[in-house]
Amino acid sequence: MEPDVRRGIRELAVARIVEHADELTALDQAIGDGDHGINMKRGFEAISEIAEEIDALPAGAALQKAGMTLVMKIGGASGPLYGSLLMAMCKAMPGDPASRRDLAASLAEGVEAVKKRGRSHAGEKTMLDVLVPVLGAISADADDPLAAARRAAAKGLAATKDMMATKGRASFLGERSIGHLDPGARSSALLVDAVCDAIEGKI
Amino acid sequence: MTDCVAIVIVSHSPEVARGTADMVRQMVGEDVRVAYCGGNPAGGLGTDVAAIQDAIRAVDGPKGVAVLVDLGGAETNSEMAIEMMADKLRGEVVLCNAPLVEGAVMAATEASGGASLDAVRATAEEFLS
Repeated sequence: MEPDVRRGIRELAVARIVEHADELTALDQAIGDGDHGINMKRGFEAISEIAEEIDALPAGAALQKAGMTLVMKIGGASGPLYGSLLMAMCKAMPGDPASRRDLAASLAEGVEAVKKRGRSHAGEKTMLDVLVPVLGAISADADDPLAAARRAAAKGLAATKDMMATKGRASFLGERSIGHLDPGARSSALLVDAVCDAIEGKI
Repeated sequence: MTDCVAIVIVSHSPEVARGTADMVRQMVGEDVRVAYCGGNPAGGLGTDVAAIQDAIRAVDGPKGVAVLVDLGGAETNSEMAIEMMADKLRGEVVLCNAPLVEGAVMAATEASGGASLDAVRATAEEFLS
């Protein structure tokens, strides 16, 4: 992967989270404790603050560093969840990821770590409802894996609206959680789009 | 004093954490070491992995540490904090699945009698049943 692409992924991921922080907070106010936007913004801005250090590391170590930064700075459950995602992706990330297959293998590790950390799986109105279908899309031998990943993310996000939350603070609401998009699924979809855009050079 | 299990209290709110620690001290005196933390890294409501680690480190001892938490993020962040530091500690650290205030008071009461970490956790968690 070219250094420009890696830098682009980092910059775009941070920019999208910052741009959409208010939206994430509004979604979280509806069914959670209303801190998802501000927490994610703080975590991703902390990644920007050490951008030079991260960009200079090999791909796996950069993910590890970024993940640890999220764990230490976010201050909510999304810290360990996104942090575990990135730190586990590091395990299967070759020094210089080049192929769809490399990314799929790495994301598979990450998704497993999120499941374990959250003691959750797809269908429970969480970030996994985006990440699991995206993993499926890029693991398949599609003609256009990035387009497939975007479609899977959008569809997975939309599906959280009619789900009832059984994990996290939203589970306190029971049936009243139905009818709202899940904020964690929304932030995951934003990040999937950011990664796809950066890889396609749409910066 | 180090022959008692220690207690760590983790809340989203610094005031709740401190207040809970005060209640524990009133109940069991100074025999049980208690550390607490609350608030996110920016000082708002939430929890802070580094602060949780500092609290655990402050009371780490051979008998172990029982951690009591309030809501979701406090639990996830505490699990993360414990995993990241487990091999650098003198004793075992366990998270109790119990209400924060009641659990902390029950755990500390049990700990003050010299009980094992397993017994302290079991006593805190009895509140659920």
